[in-house]
Amino acid sequence: MIAFETIEAPACPLGLENVDTDQLIPARFMQTPRAQGYGGFLLHDLRRDEGGAMRGDLAVNDARYGAAQIMIARANFGCGSSREAAVYVLADAGYRCVLAPSFGDIFASNAVKNGVLPARVSASGIETLLGDPGVLAGAPIRVDLAAQTVSVGNKSIAFEVRPDWKKQLLNGWDDVDLTRSYAQEIAQFVERDTAQRPWAVPR
Amino acid sequence: MPPRTIIDKIWDAHTIAVREDGDCLLWVDRHLVHEGSHHGFAQMKQRGATAARPDLTFGTADHYVPTRPTAPVDPDAARMIRQLTENCALNGVACFGHGDSRQGIAHVVAPELGLTLPGLLVVCGDSHTSTHGALGAYAFGVGASEVAHVLMTQTIWQSRPKRIRISIEGQLGPGLSAKDMALAIIARLGAGYAAGCAIEYAGEAVRALSIEGRLTLCNLSIESGSRLGLVAPDETTFAYVRGRPYAPQGDDFERAVADWRGLASDPGAVFDREVVLDAREIAPTVTWGVSPEQAAPIGGRVPDPASLSDPTKADAWRDALAYMGLTAGMRIDDIRVDRVFIGSCTNSRIEDLRAAAAVLAGRTARVPGLVSPGSASVKRQAEQEGLDAIFLAAGLEWGGPGCSMCVGMNGDLVGPGERCASTTNRNFKGRQGKGARTHLMSPAMAAAAAVAGRLCDVRDLMAGRLA
Repeated sequence: MIAFETIEAPACPLGLENVDTDQLIPARFMQTPRAQGYGGFLLHDLRRDEGGAMRGDLAVNDARYGAAQIMIARANFGCGSSREAAVYVLADAGYRCVLAPSFGDIFASNAVKNGVLPARVSASGIETLLGDPGVLAGAPIRVDLAAQTVSVGNKSIAFEVRPDWKKQLLNGWDDVDLTRSYAQEIAQFVERDTAQRPWAVPR
Repeated sequence: MPPRTIIDKIWDAHTIAVREDGDCLLWVDRHLVHEGSHHGFAQMKQRGATAARPDLTFGTADHYVPTRPTAPVDPDAARMIRQLTENCALNGVACFGHGDSRQGIAHVVAPELGLTLPGLLVVCGDSHTSTHGALGAYAFGVGASEVAHVLMTQTIWQSRPKRIRISIEGQLGPGLSAKDMALAIIARLGAGYAAGCAIEYAGEAVRALSIEGRLTLCNLSIESGSRLGLVAPDETTFAYVRGRPYAPQGDDFERAVADWRGLASDPGAVFDREVVLDAREIAPTVTWGVSPEQAAPIGGRVPDPASLSDPTKADAWRDALAYMGLTAGMRIDDIRVDRVFIGSCTNSRIEDLRAAAAVLAGRTARVPGLVSPGSASVKRQAEQEGLDAIFLAAGLEWGGPGCSMCVGMNGDLVGPGERCASTTNRNFKGRQGKGARTHLMSPAMAAAAAVAGRLCDVRDLMAGRLA
């Protein structure tokens, strides 16, 4: 995994609440091999009206945010299904960070595995960002993971991130390599556990 | 040792190593894979690895299998099903593929085969893995990278979740079920209430539920944001597990039960949050919006966004009403439906089908509908009991086992603008198909909606019929 560095890029002020993973990527696209790229599926149905035309009232369709690498949303972003494709759509569309007051648990974990930062900003902080003229104009904002701050003009807003995720993102850690370094502990656990819970193995 | 919750006890028993930041490496007892696990298999293949413990991994085809006898075979779906069989074979993993007598929805199949046991840690690349908590297992959904990690190491890194105990005291009224309980909880607490937490369900009304009811209750844990939900195992659990094909047998079973009795939360164990609800206050509940928290009792009205002081929430409600084609203030039981769907990992077990059949017996559905049993085994049992005949006589379709119209990946979709009374778990926009409008409810309520052609209180149809 590539280490996460400070981002300075425009942010997309999506501003929606409870954006579930079925919105992030409708199920019908999930057969696609990853190599083909998932960026085009991002919020696919939400972005379009009934006739299939791109909606004019949604930030994600706004040319000002075409180069956005940061998404700004309201509470419970990424709730619902465990589909990691909900992160692929963001990553493949160029997003490296989502700012929201809270996240779907599995989504946030999937995001970290793909180098996307789920940064928890207070609800009032999100309102400040969504109302900021610079953000709305598509000016770059700065996300500093080490300092846990979002900077817009001369404003600086703190964010929360789980310490383990922060470390993983900053170091570009690979979980599997890390776990393999625990091979001895795993072997010892299995030996102990087999004696303690003989019933735990399927008959 | 200080008193511990069941959540801590299972956690501690699975801890291999503790990292400096507090994260723990946990042992995984069961890993369930399905067609959607292809990203995980692909990541493993990229590393040139194969499954570390194929004996603890089980595959079942559910998301893409056709569930209507007349449905044309979609080549892409067929490829997904074939890919699962191939990936399992390459790794020496047992696979209940399309057509296998054990095939069905992972969260229906694993409990019925005795793969899910109290005290186990169960993962699957599907958020409704919380279902297995019904048996007292620590079960949660994971993403594709974690599927790959578990395949390669049989372990998973986790942070210790906050613990919530939701106690439902008193007795549930006649005609109500675990689904009404779960929807009422989410409506009360909110879709993000338990984000990242672990829930223990307790109290008289939970104890009174059958295992099938508990499976429904735990299934919907994720819809309050919870990582998992579980019920401490008791005599109901042991009786359910006894004799199932993969469960321990004879002396091994007795030894296991002795261990399982120790899993219950100790008296005085501390939870991070405690919630107590009264079962007598729960009415048949249906969703009216596009989040499971947007639910109301059947006797209520569609709420008015203008009544809210929070402008963001009011906007979300207005948007939901527009999508759902509903007007604030209208009676919930005036909402007409175009079709019904009875099935999914939430409500496709034999008791669910019996509850729906009890309403439909001798009646005709006013709208089309599909009934999809959760597994090949449930299908066989329902046919032995003659339930299929009741559904067919009422004018509904009797389908095969799979995720079916809950998520529409197999092509069984609700049409744009169509309104479906559904026993599933998510009423998200487009969940059952682009533009589809979903109302979540219990199997009995969906059956009642089929008979009335609109949402209605099943208790009105059950005078003299309630068991």
